[in-house]
Amino acid sequence: MRALRSYADPHVAGVCLGLVLLACFALTGQGLGASGAFASVVSGVVGAVSPETAVNSAYFRSYLQDGSPWTAWLVVEIIGVLIGAATSAALAGRIRLTFARSTRPSAARLFAGVSGGILMGIGAALARGCTSGLALSGGAMLSVGAWVFMVALFLAGFLSAPLIRRLWP
Amino acid sequence: MNNLLIAGGVGVAFGWALECAGLGDPPKLAGQFYLRDFTVLKVMLSAMLTAMLGVFWGGRLGMFNPAAFYVPETHLLPQLVGGLVFGLGFVLSGLCPGTSCVALASGRIEGAATMLGLFTGLLLVGLAFPSIEPFYRSTPQGPLTLQRLTGLPFGVMVALVTVVALSVLAWISKREAAR
Repeated sequence: MRALRSYADPHVAGVCLGLVLLACFALTGQGLGASGAFASVVSGVVGAVSPETAVNSAYFRSYLQDGSPWTAWLVVEIIGVLIGAATSAALAGRIRLTFARSTRPSAARLFAGVSGGILMGIGAALARGCTSGLALSGGAMLSVGAWVFMVALFLAGFLSAPLIRRLWP
Repeated sequence: MNNLLIAGGVGVAFGWALECAGLGDPPKLAGQFYLRDFTVLKVMLSAMLTAMLGVFWGGRLGMFNPAAFYVPETHLLPQLVGGLVFGLGFVLSGLCPGTSCVALASGRIEGAATMLGLFTGLLLVGLAFPSIEPFYRSTPQGPLTLQRLTGLPFGVMVALVTVVALSVLAWISKREAAR
């Protein structure tokens, strides 16, 4: 099996990411995001399947009030992320349909992936953002809430990691 | 329309940078929490430092007005609890919302599992929102910043955060060199 080509230096990639974030602020006045796009899509689906449910929840309503949730700024940005990541991986010879560092599926890892996603969905909704929109973008603007979120995230991560050690070798 | 073109372009660059850093690979992200791989902290701190210094100096040089940039609303308790729940989920899936898209785009099937979970988690919050809402709206502080909280000038706060972030990055490279 052909080895995957190595990644860029994390500091260089980080500075590039910071410049993308800075350009985003300069061009639009707001930062990057990710969980908001997921929330828009969920609200769009709920609004289409059961409009009554959407109206009864201020959370869904907040994503449906400014035009179509399908063309929200963050949704288009995340479609860009998928395209950019796929292009970069393809050009570097890193694209390959597989499971992480394994050719066979692991039920435990897939279960952990889904449950981790559920927890992050709940956490991001409560905090009003995720690692991109709150921790990184808000952190760069020195938001107190962003720093509280970032410290809590790493604290929970470092404390819980020893309990689930065998999952990601 | 123009706005959505910018959204797409920014997204492509964002996804490109995350993929180049290796942040589409769950073992690499999870490795941060086992102190085995410091890519996550290195990328996050370098990116945040670059953007923060860019915002500060761009404002000083009159290239734009940083006071018009969006600062998230602070709600202390929900953001503290949200961060704790999010951190646990991050270790479990080895991905965050943005990097789950990067993982899927580069063919890692675990990315799709995490994305499915994210949709489910947000759906649960949306459905239960009437009972969660009082907690969600508790402890509001408005768009509070560290400089307003401490009363320090913007430039001093930027310098302090720079020193702390550079110290952490230096500590990481010293630790890696010792191995």
